[in-house]
Amino acid sequence: MQPFTYERPADVAAALAAIGKPGAKFLGGGTNLLDLMKVDAETPQHLVDVSRLPLAQISDEEGGLRIGATVTNSDLAGDPRVRERYPVLSRAVLNGASGQLRNQATTGGNLLQRTRCYYFYDPSMPCNKRVPGSGCSALKGYNRIHAVLGASDACIAVHPSDMAVALAVLDAEVEVQSASGQRRIKIADFHRLPEAAPEKDTILGNGELITAVILPPAPPGGQIYRKVRDRASYDFALVSVAAVVETEGDRIRSARIAMGGVAHKPWRAFEAERRLAGAVLSDDAFAAAGEAAVKGAVGRGHNDFKIPLAARTVARALTDAAAQKKA
Amino acid sequence: MRNTSVTRRGLFGGGAALGATLQSGSALAQSPPPGAGAPPVDVSLKVNGAQHELRLDPRTTLLDALREHLALTGTKKGCDHGQCGACTVLIDGIRKNSCLNLALSCDDLEITTIEGLGREEALHPVQTAFVEHDGFQCGFCTPGQICSAVGMLAELKRGLPSAVTPELAAAAMEVAETEVRERMSGNICRCAAYPNIVAAILDAAGKA
Amino acid sequence: MPDTIIGQPIDRIDGKAKVTGAARYSGDRRAEHPAFGVIVTSTIGRGTITKIDIKAAEQAPGVVLVMSHENAPAQAPFKQEGEDRHARPKPQLAEARIHYHGEPVALVVADTFEQATAAARLVEVSYQAEAGLYELREGRRLAYPPSKMPNGKADSKVGDLERGLAEGAARIDATYTTPYQSHNPMEPPASLAFWSGDQLTIYCSAQLVDSAQKSIAATLNIPADNVELVSEFVGGGFGGKLSIYGDAILAALAARQLKRPVKVTLTRQQMFSVTTHRASTIQRVRLAASRDGTLTAIAHEVVSQSARMDEYVETAAVSTRAMYAAPNRLTTHRVVPLDLPVADSMRAPGDAVGQLALEQAMDELAYKLDIDPVELRIRNEPTQDPEKGVPFSTRALVACLQTGAEKFGWEQRPRVPGTLKDGQWLVGLGMAAAIRVNLRRPAAAKVRMDEDRRVTVEMDMTDIGTGSYTIFAQVAAETLDLPIESVTVKLGHSSYPDTPGSGGSFGAASCCSAVQQACLELRKKVDAGRGPGNVQAEATSEPGDAFKKFSQHSYGAHFAEVAIDSTTGEVRLRRMLGVFDAGRILNPKTARSQLIGGMIWGVSSALHEQAVVDPRYGSFVNHDLAGYHVPVHADIPAVEAIMLAGFDDKSNPLGSKGVGELGICGAGAAVANAVYNACGVRVRDYPFTPDKILSSILRPNVAQRR
Repeated sequence: MQPFTYERPADVAAALAAIGKPGAKFLGGGTNLLDLMKVDAETPQHLVDVSRLPLAQISDEEGGLRIGATVTNSDLAGDPRVRERYPVLSRAVLNGASGQLRNQATTGGNLLQRTRCYYFYDPSMPCNKRVPGSGCSALKGYNRIHAVLGASDACIAVHPSDMAVALAVLDAEVEVQSASGQRRIKIADFHRLPEAAPEKDTILGNGELITAVILPPAPPGGQIYRKVRDRASYDFALVSVAAVVETEGDRIRSARIAMGGVAHKPWRAFEAERRLAGAVLSDDAFAAAGEAAVKGAVGRGHNDFKIPLAARTVARALTDAAAQKKA
Repeated sequence: MRNTSVTRRGLFGGGAALGATLQSGSALAQSPPPGAGAPPVDVSLKVNGAQHELRLDPRTTLLDALREHLALTGTKKGCDHGQCGACTVLIDGIRKNSCLNLALSCDDLEITTIEGLGREEALHPVQTAFVEHDGFQCGFCTPGQICSAVGMLAELKRGLPSAVTPELAAAAMEVAETEVRERMSGNICRCAAYPNIVAAILDAAGKA
Repeated sequence: MPDTIIGQPIDRIDGKAKVTGAARYSGDRRAEHPAFGVIVTSTIGRGTITKIDIKAAEQAPGVVLVMSHENAPAQAPFKQEGEDRHARPKPQLAEARIHYHGEPVALVVADTFEQATAAARLVEVSYQAEAGLYELREGRRLAYPPSKMPNGKADSKVGDLERGLAEGAARIDATYTTPYQSHNPMEPPASLAFWSGDQLTIYCSAQLVDSAQKSIAATLNIPADNVELVSEFVGGGFGGKLSIYGDAILAALAARQLKRPVKVTLTRQQMFSVTTHRASTIQRVRLAASRDGTLTAIAHEVVSQSARMDEYVETAAVSTRAMYAAPNRLTTHRVVPLDLPVADSMRAPGDAVGQLALEQAMDELAYKLDIDPVELRIRNEPTQDPEKGVPFSTRALVACLQTGAEKFGWEQRPRVPGTLKDGQWLVGLGMAAAIRVNLRRPAAAKVRMDEDRRVTVEMDMTDIGTGSYTIFAQVAAETLDLPIESVTVKLGHSSYPDTPGSGGSFGAASCCSAVQQACLELRKKVDAGRGPGNVQAEATSEPGDAFKKFSQHSYGAHFAEVAIDSTTGEVRLRRMLGVFDAGRILNPKTARSQLIGGMIWGVSSALHEQAVVDPRYGSFVNHDLAGYHVPVHADIPAVEAIMLAGFDDKSNPLGSKGVGELGICGAGAAVANAVYNACGVRVRDYPFTPDKILSSILRPNVAQRR
C-alpha cells in the first residue's frame, strides 16, 4: 500500500468536506478498496472512512424501501422486509462473496466495487482501467470471465456485483450527496459502459457520496436470482440472472431480466422483456427471450461460452420465476 | 503470440520490437506520491478483553497489528485479500476478515481472536469438537475456521438466511449440513478437512 | 498394557495447539527488532535485466536494504547435480538473466512490512526481452526423454504393442490433457532468519528439514552445521515446500548483511511463480482388449512441461506399469522445456495426473465393451508386477473394488449414460481404481527417558498436517509400554537426527520404523537395568532389499456421484466413497483425514483447479485464490473413506503403507467417469468447468438440428 492519511468523520457533512482533500477517497467496508490498495491498483492519498456514518438503517419509504449506504450486505439480505418483498435482492446478496465479507461490505461499497479482471489486479500488466492508455491485456488474453455485451476495445471487464444485478431488475435508484446537493440516479444509468474511458466505472462525480439506495414498491410476480459459477460458493458469477415474471392465466403479463457477469454493468435485457409482455407462457417464449437477451453479444474466445450460457440461464430463470408465482 | 515485447507494443506506444527494452515497476501502477511517508497514528485496540495502545503506520491492517504488534499469531495470513478466510476474527461478535480491516478503523470495537475463544486448559466447545473430529490437518486455516464457525452459529441463531436457505422468509434457521457448508465457504482448507470440519461444527452446535 | 496404541483413532497430540492458535508456524516466529523483506519479481518471461534502478526504493521511508543481482552477496551457482534436488544451492538475485515471469529480481527490506511493501513497488527494472516459449502444445516439437527419472526409466516396453492393439476386439485411443496446478498450501512460505556470529538460525516452512538445511548452507557456502533450521509446524506442503525458495535464502542473506533478524514472506500471488507447480501434461492412452475384457495392450505416453532452467519430469505413466495385466505394453515420458517457473512434485506426482488419463481410458473401454467398469478392472488383475516380473508385497485392489461397489450401491448405476435425471439435474455414477507407489527411506530417531519415565522423541521429521507427531507418539508409547501421555515428540529441527522428511508418502513408514527401532534399543538398555533417568538411544532404520524383490504399492477404489445442471453445465459432487488398501493403518483418524483430503484434491483436479498461462507473457494469469479455484465447503458433500485391514511386512516392521498421496490417485477419474455417466459426453481436457460441460451438452443438440 502507498502511504495515506486517514480520518473518520462523524456525519455526512463532514465526510463531504473531507473528500475535497487531494487524492481523497471514501472508505466503506473496505473489502475491495483495501484489497486493491494492496496491489497498488488504487492509491488514495487520503481515506475518508464513511463506514460508521449514521446511514445503516433500512426504512419504509414511498411503498418501497430506503436502504442506507452503510447497511452491510448481511443486514440487507437478512432484513425481513427485503426477504419478504424483494427476495431477488436478498438471494443475490447471499450469493455474493462469503459470510465474512458480507458482514463487512456495505450497500454503497458493493455498487462501487471494481472489476475482478485478472489483469486489472496485476500491476505488471497493461490495463486501461488501472492506467488509462496502457492497453487492454484481456482483449487478446485469457478472457474467460470477461464481457460479451457492451464491451469496447479499450476494456472487456465485467462488473462483479450480484447485488447490483438485483437492483437493476428492481429499478432501484441511488441517492447521492455532494457539497452542492443531493440527486437520485437510476440504477440503469449509474454504472457506465467502458467505451473509451474504462477507468470510470460509474457516473458519480468527484466528491459525491452514496447515501442510500431506494427500492420502489416490489414488482408483482415471481422473483428469481440464478448465479452460474465454477464453484458452488465464494465465487464470482460466470453469468447471473435476476428475473421477475408476472403471469395472468396462461399469459405473461410482464417480465424483467437483468444479467450479471456479461457486461461492464448490470445488463437489463429490455428487448427480451418487451417480447415477453403479453406472450403466451411457454418454454419457447422463454427460450426466445433468452436468445433476445444476448442479441449482439460478442465473444472474445475464452468467453464465447457465456453467450449460450446466458441465453439458457435467462430462459431457465424466467421459467422458474413464472412457476414460482403460480405455485 | 508468444513474444512478450510484441504484445506490449500497445502499452509502450509504438514499435517496441523483439528485443526492445521494456520497463516495469511503477510504470503500470498508479504513481505514488513522491517520497511521502505515512506518519504513524495512535490506535487503541481492544482485543480479547484487553486494551492496547499502539502507534502504527496507518497502513497496518488489523491482521498485521494482531500478529506483528500484539504477538497474537493465531490469526493467520493466508492470502491478505479476503480470498481464503484464514484471518477471520470476531469484531463485536461478527466474523470478518481481519486482512481487509485497517487497524485504525477498529478502535472502540471488541475484537476476539482464536486466543480469546479458549485456552488449551479451557477449550471453547467448537475447539473441542475440532479436536475430536479431526477438523484440520496442517492447522493453518483452523483458527479462522473456528472463529468463522463461532460467528456463523451466532448468525444462524439470529435467523440470518443463506444462499441455500429454502424458505427465505422463515424466521428460524435450521442448523443443517447444507447450511453449514454454504455458510463456511469463506474459509478455504487446502488440506480439505471439510467433512470433518462440518461434522465438528454440527456436533458443537448440538452441544451449545 | 497396550499393544493397542498403534492402530487406535487417537486425537492428534498437537490438536489443542492447533485449535487455540498456539502452534507456531514459521511466519509466527518472533525476534528482537526484526526487519521485513519483500520480494520484487520479474515482469517478463525470458530475457535479461538491462538496468535496475533502486534509488527511489532505497530512499523510501524505513528502507534499510535493497538487494538486486548487482549487489547481492556471492552464492554458490545453481547446478542440476546431486542425488537430492532439494538440497542443491538455490542462489537468489545471482544474475541478470530472467528464466521465467515472476522470478525474484530484488529484495526490499524495511523496518516495517508496510514500508517494505510500498518501497518494493518503487524498484524500476528494465529488461531486454526475448521471445519465450510458453505453450506446451507448441513446444512439443522440442520434447526430449528426461535425463533422469525419480523412479524407474523414462520408457518401458514389453511384448509387441502393435500386435496387442491389433489383437483386441475393442480399442481405445484417447488423449487427455491436464493443466498446470499450484500447491497453494494455506500457509505461504515464510522465513525468519538471524545470525549469531557465523551461526544462522532460520525458521522456515520446509517439508524436508535436512534437505533445506543443506540447500541453504550450500547456497551460502557455509557448513551445514552452521545452519539451524526450524520447521515445527508447516501449514500445508503437498510438495510445494520440498524445496526452499527465495524467502529463505534472501532472509538469510539480508539478516547477515544487516546484522538483524529479517523476515520474508511470499505473497499468495508470488507463490504461483516463486515456488514450484505441477506440470501440465498431454497424455495419450491406447488400450485394446478382447471381447471378454482381457487387455491385450496398454500404452501410456506422457508429455509434460519442464522449466528450461531446471528439468523435472511428471512421471504420469510409471504406475501404469504395475496397474493391469497385459502382455503388450508401452510407457514413455517426454519433457518439453518451456520458459516457465520450475515444475516439481505435487501431491502424488505422476500418479495423480496419470490416473486421470488411464482410469478414464479404462472407463471408456468398459463402455465400449459393455462390461461393468468394476468388473473390467477385476478381470485384468495381475498375479505379479507385469513389467518388473516380481511379486507384489500386498495388493488388495480387488477387495477395494468389491467392497466399494457394495457399500456405494454401484449396482444402481445407470447402464446407459445420460438417462438418470433429478429435476433439472443429470445424475451420474462413476468409479476408478487407485494405485500409489509405496516408498521408504532411511531415517534416524533419538529417544530418551527421564527419571519419571517420560519419553522424548527427537527427529528432524516434519508434520505438515499428516499426523506425524501423533503416530510417532503412538509407536513410542506402544514399544515402550507407556501411556501416550508420557511421550513428547519433538520435530522439525535440523539438529535432530536425520529423516527423509515429509514427501512421497514415505514419512510414516520411514520414520515410525526409526522410532520403533530407537525405542527397542532404549528398552534394551532399561531392561538391562539402566535408567529410567538419563538413558537414551538413537537408531537408524533402513529399507532392505524388499523394495527390489517386491513390487510395493498402496491401492484404492473410488466411487463418485455427480449431478450436472442441464442448463448451465455446472458439475456438483453429490457423494463419494473411497476404499483403500494401505497396509496397517497406524491411526485411522488421521489416516482417514489424509485420504479424504486426497480424494477432495482429486475432485478438485477434475472440476476446479487450473493455473492458466498467458502465452504472450509466460505468466500465470489467475494467480490468487479468487482466480485459482480450489473447492470450498459448499463443493464438498459427504465424502467417506474406508480402510481395509492389512499388514504389509515387506514395507516396514509396522506393516503400514503410505496414505498421504493415495487418496488423490484415481479420485478425479472417478468424478470424470461419473460426469460421462451423467451426460453421455466424454470430456478429456481437465478440469471440467461449466464452459466445457456446456459445450458437451450442447453438442448433441447441434447434431440433432442438422
